[in-house]
Amino acid sequence: MVFDLAFIWAGLIAFAVLAYVILDGFDLGVGILFPLMRSEAEKDLAMNTVAPVWDGNETWLVLGGGGLFAVFPLAYAVIMPALYVPIIVMLLALVFRGVAFEFRWRTKRGKFLWDLSFFGGSLVATLAQGVALGALVQGIAVEGRAYAGGNWDWLTPFSLLTGVALVAGYALLGATWLVMKTDGPVRSVAHRLSLWLGGVTLALVGLVSLITPFLNPLYLDRWFTFPNALFSAFVPALILIAAFMFHKGLHEGRDAWPFLSALALFVLSFVGLGISFYPYMVPPSLTIWEVAAPDESLWFLLAGALVLVPMILAYTGYAYWVFRGKVDPAGGYH
Amino acid sequence: MFGLDAIELARIQFAFTVSFHIIFPAFSIGLASYLAVLNGLHLWTGRDVYLTLFNYWKKIFAVAFGMGVVSGIVMSYQFGTNWSVFSDKAGPVIGPLMGYEVLSAFFLEAGFLGVMLFGRDKVGARAHFLATLMVAIGTLGSAFWILSVNSWMQTPQGHAINEVGQFVPVDWWAIVFNPSFPYRLVHMVLAAYLTTALVVGAVGGWHLLRDRANSGARTMFSMAMGMLMVVAPLQILAGDLHGLNTLEHQPAKIAAMEGHFEPHPNGGAPLILFGIPDAANETVNYKIEIPYLSSLILTHDLTSPLPGLLDFPVEERPPVGIVFWSFRIMVALGFAMLGLGLWALVLRLRGTMYDRRWLHRAAIAMGPAGFVAVLAGWITTEVGRQPWTVYGLLSTNDSVAPVEAAAVGASLVAFIVIYFTLFGAGTFYILRLMGKRPDSGAPMSDLGPTRAAGVTPAPAVDDKFIPAE
Repeated sequence: MVFDLAFIWAGLIAFAVLAYVILDGFDLGVGILFPLMRSEAEKDLAMNTVAPVWDGNETWLVLGGGGLFAVFPLAYAVIMPALYVPIIVMLLALVFRGVAFEFRWRTKRGKFLWDLSFFGGSLVATLAQGVALGALVQGIAVEGRAYAGGNWDWLTPFSLLTGVALVAGYALLGATWLVMKTDGPVRSVAHRLSLWLGGVTLALVGLVSLITPFLNPLYLDRWFTFPNALFSAFVPALILIAAFMFHKGLHEGRDAWPFLSALALFVLSFVGLGISFYPYMVPPSLTIWEVAAPDESLWFLLAGALVLVPMILAYTGYAYWVFRGKVDPAGGYH
Repeated sequence: MFGLDAIELARIQFAFTVSFHIIFPAFSIGLASYLAVLNGLHLWTGRDVYLTLFNYWKKIFAVAFGMGVVSGIVMSYQFGTNWSVFSDKAGPVIGPLMGYEVLSAFFLEAGFLGVMLFGRDKVGARAHFLATLMVAIGTLGSAFWILSVNSWMQTPQGHAINEVGQFVPVDWWAIVFNPSFPYRLVHMVLAAYLTTALVVGAVGGWHLLRDRANSGARTMFSMAMGMLMVVAPLQILAGDLHGLNTLEHQPAKIAAMEGHFEPHPNGGAPLILFGIPDAANETVNYKIEIPYLSSLILTHDLTSPLPGLLDFPVEERPPVGIVFWSFRIMVALGFAMLGLGLWALVLRLRGTMYDRRWLHRAAIAMGPAGFVAVLAGWITTEVGRQPWTVYGLLSTNDSVAPVEAAAVGASLVAFIVIYFTLFGAGTFYILRLMGKRPDSGAPMSDLGPTRAAGVTPAPAVDDKFIPAE
């Protein structure tokens, strides 16, 4: 393991992507579960749990893309054309759901359209993200400094599976978030869904994890040879502990536990993914160091990131603190 | 697809998505500052009319900002999806600048937006003002970085080129503060302020036509017209200085803007007011010109040489017709803005600014002028720097991604359909919000005779008129 600028940046980009996944994950999840909210009041409440924070959450996606562009420009230049279709679909889907936050309060007759836009946008964006992830895991064809495959290389049974798994995972985050942030009928719907979604997510994550090592001999080597296997074994073990806490929290009415356990599941899966990937940025051909920008670029942005990221975390934490606790159904500015 | 190849489709797609996107920041940069001013004035003076106006414009801001965010996320991925070769080559230089934009600006505005929109009664008036201020600073910060990026692409410096053909940073200070950056930044921020002032003025004018006693309408109209009077002359000055800077660094763009095919080595170039440029025959037909004026504006004397398009090889000339016309539209609108500001000033001094209906109608007519001028200005500078993405160093044709035309074409159609539908709906909702009366306190008729124009009486204290959060 080489501890240098490129490595630090790989860690920071991974952190940004993880922050995106767990933050926007629950608000996309609320969108995916939206049709299951029965009354207008329930829909309003569900949306108001995420309305004050969704903008900030989605900014991590911009950091993921912009950061990749800044410090691993070659990876950005190869991955984006390779995943052209899922990326564009995701961007358009995010437009649909993003505008819905404001638009649905601005009309009565058209409200159902924006409810649909919120749901459809959230679902499709999640599916596209999951598919993109699967396509990246299975590998991208590179020649010289460019993507060398076709428009549809990303579309495989495996990438569809990761797409579906992410939908289940985000829905789980959304459901447990609603358990934590609401009372009454919304909480009870979310509570019922949580248990079910927890099982489905765990099964799908397990399936993806079982297939992944066989996609690429490198992954297999990473997971099943000593001493890596020793370290790798921690991840599944911790996942089991998270599942136990999740279950216990749901049964004992500790409303924050299921959400935190679901977050832990995401973090652990992400770490598992990192173990498979390292040292590649674009498997199976480009490593972190091959795609990194020159040190001058990495230094320049790192200096700012070391100051600004803690500040971002602080005021993001502040914003969450301001809107802490169960959401008041009579609140909201609309 | 449509008989166009991948590069033409990618160019159309970028032009389309970036043009749609810039409309929202052009408005929200100015509006965020306006909201901070309103919030601060309320905190300072305690007058309810400012809080009323804050809550009124806040809703409009939220809709516009949401559209800006989602169309902006698209932009941060378009570089890679459609211009991957450019991304690989220019990434080490402009990528970190965009990284700073995200870290120092996007997070700031998005992080405090929730508190600004929803949190006033949770955090108190002071912290709420600070949150509004942070949103405003965030929007300005993002303008700073993205204009630095754009300016570096127009006037690159401070870099070297490495063995794989990437631009690599050598001097960050020179990169960030490249020669055209200060001019472009000032020009764009002033444009955003003008755009917002014109929209606020139009809404004020609309409500004054219905009820000239409405204190909210009076206050916003007065603030907007005052802003216009201050900013429009500054903008004309900034535009002139920007033009001189462009002449120094991108003479072909100036030649296209002016419609000069023939160079004027001894100065004395005429200003072509109108005409129809004909690139094939290298001439401008039906032109109306003022002798010597172009030289006077651009070189501030009559004898300095001024280049023409014929000085440049055909393949390095920008498309002259678009640049020529978009520039004229921008300039004409700029002077119209100044005219509106002057008219309002004269009537303000005479004490009839709230009564002259034609002024209010003119303000309404000028409401969209800022957006048109911003788009025209960006078209001038972006089309004018063709055929380059990094001026003089990397051509547009060499920047494009290896994506098939079918994919680019299909996504272009999707962008067009979805943007027009969704952002069309958003515009409709914004207009509907603007059509609502900015209620503030008791109607003036209840307060007795109107006092001197320009001074809005404080509304009667009455709980039922204090706007609810």
